[in-house]
Amino acid sequence: MSDQYVLETRGLVKEFKGFVAVDNVNLQVNKGHIHALIGPNGAGKTTVFNLLTKFLQPTRGKILFNGKDITSEKSAAIARQGIVRSFQISAVFPHMTALENVRIALQSFQGNTFHFWKSGRSLESLNDRCMELLDSVGLTEFADTTTVELAYGRKRALELATTLAMEPELLLLDEPTQGMGGEDVDGVVELIRKAAVGRSVLMVEHNLGVVSTLCDRITVLSQGAVLTEGDYKAVSSDPQVREVYMGTASSTAEVTE
Amino acid sequence: MAGSTNESAIKQSIIQQRKSADRKKLILNLVLLAILLIAPAVLYPVFLMKILCFALFAVAFNLLLGFTGLLSFGHAAFLATGGYTTGYLLSTYANVSTEMGIIAGTAAATVLGLGFALVAIRRQGIYFAMITLALAQLVFFFLVQAPFTGGEDGMHGVPRGYLFGLVDLQNNTAMYYFVLAVFLFGYLLVQRTVNSPFGQVLKAIKQNEPRAISLGYNVNLYKVLAFVMSAGLAGLAGSVKTVVFQLASLNDAHWHMSGEVILMTLLGGTGTLLGPVVGAAFVVNLEYQLSQGALGDWVDAILGGIFIITVIAFRSGIVGEIQKFMKKNLS
Ligand SMILES: Nc1ncnc2c1ncn2[C@@H]1O[C@H](COP(=O)(O)OP(=O)(O)OP(=O)(O)O)[C@@H](O)[C@H]1O
Ligand SMILES: [Mg+2]
Repeated sequence: MSDQYVLETRGLVKEFKGFVAVDNVNLQVNKGHIHALIGPNGAGKTTVFNLLTKFLQPTRGKILFNGKDITSEKSAAIARQGIVRSFQISAVFPHMTALENVRIALQSFQGNTFHFWKSGRSLESLNDRCMELLDSVGLTEFADTTTVELAYGRKRALELATTLAMEPELLLLDEPTQGMGGEDVDGVVELIRKAAVGRSVLMVEHNLGVVSTLCDRITVLSQGAVLTEGDYKAVSSDPQVREVYMGTASSTAEVTE
Repeated sequence: MAGSTNESAIKQSIIQQRKSADRKKLILNLVLLAILLIAPAVLYPVFLMKILCFALFAVAFNLLLGFTGLLSFGHAAFLATGGYTTGYLLSTYANVSTEMGIIAGTAAATVLGLGFALVAIRRQGIYFAMITLALAQLVFFFLVQAPFTGGEDGMHGVPRGYLFGLVDLQNNTAMYYFVLAVFLFGYLLVQRTVNSPFGQVLKAIKQNEPRAISLGYNVNLYKVLAFVMSAGLAGLAGSVKTVVFQLASLNDAHWHMSGEVILMTLLGGTGTLLGPVVGAAFVVNLEYQLSQGALGDWVDAILGGIFIITVIAFRSGIVGEIQKFMKKNLS
């Protein structure tokens, strides 16, 4: 059974001083799926990501990656095994060039990261691969641009290229389209679709248009607990979901077109 | 295709830009080196040596603050540990050569740095600074109390000795060139480190630590190594300083000294390699000038004022502001 899922949580709980932010969550992400985690603000979505990547310690419960228990592993080790996350707030290295951003990810698999006596030139062998990755997200001409100077949408594209440089088996994306205008959103959707080939993706997303076009399966979180799960059709017609998440009936109509 | 020729043209121009930037840096460094080589003909060598010792101290400190993002408020402990260890060995054992004494002082500071790092590295921001301060106060206390340190008076009359048994370091010119060589070693080591694969990881950690973790970096290990290197080089600065002044002084261990190195670094510019050197030269010179005049008692107040102005108005420091100005006006 377990080889059906790339990621599984069993009875995952996170309490903050008596407040239950994540409440007994059993999550199953199928291999090859793009799986959405949705829910109202404060539902616990980011906290789940923090637990999966061990930026926070679970109070109780288990996390399985390809059937293997990774609950007690450290953040860096989890990333190396193939679960790489992005952040709700765009995560780049602002005072490095776009190329250097991507290279930091590639470098992480090299044996030289402690070599303080080696010339920086020794990293140049990675530049070709960096350029390929930048190409794939449309940032070729910004390779030598310092990242702070990039527009917001390009920063997010760079973040994705950096994440993909890790060749992750499972991609965790926390609101990849947050704060973007329509055109940028379409661009990111395309990038994610491309990136998802041959991998699994778990993404938090508020834009239900994005969820409906991109995602195979949806888990709805409310007050830390799983409310329901299914494909877009099933979830969007669930009256409970309408009530807690989609709010009024009119906004539901809007997103389902 | 038009697209691909365009692309390769972009790549070419990028490579050109990188090359010309490298060349400018090299020329600047050579000019500075020439100035340092002829300086003792113009200025008093002991004064210059003081500047070089503090410059090395600040460069070491900046490896942490400027390139790793860690604010240590306990670096006086490493300066003093280097100085006292070297002072003790050279004063007590006639058969310990000057270079051995300096190496031993550096090693002692390095080991102490590892100890500090293991205790403090998991803390962030102000907590990290506070723990390093507390640990440095323990070192200060030890140096006041221990029977072999000369207590409040410090250690006087440390012999300069001979370098490699050959060069008489009582000669200030010889001493100067030795100190210059040590300074250059430290400076170039930091320059190399900052530009190395390891240095790239440090920069990443400084700029976005959670992101570095999520890319598979065990960040604490990198921070520990940076801290140990910084402590070792600060110790080297202290060791050499003790040999120059033939004195290991409690001043070096006082928390004022930890503050002063922060001031030097911020004033000169944290993000730059040269900044701490300029900052150290500025502060040492200012202290000297003030101590000569009627404002002698005002040194701390004036330094404090400069500190405030720097933090409020010149965040990038002297070198940082000059760089910004050049960028704006030359391109
Ligand atoms: N470190 C923390 N300490 C205490 N409470 C926390 C902590 N992190 C999150 N919480 C709380 O847990 C709850 C869930 O937060 P979380 O950030 O996971 O929500 P979210 O679903 O990602 O919301 P959003 O859509 O706004 O991003 C919130 O009430 C939040 O205040
Ligand atoms: Mg969130």
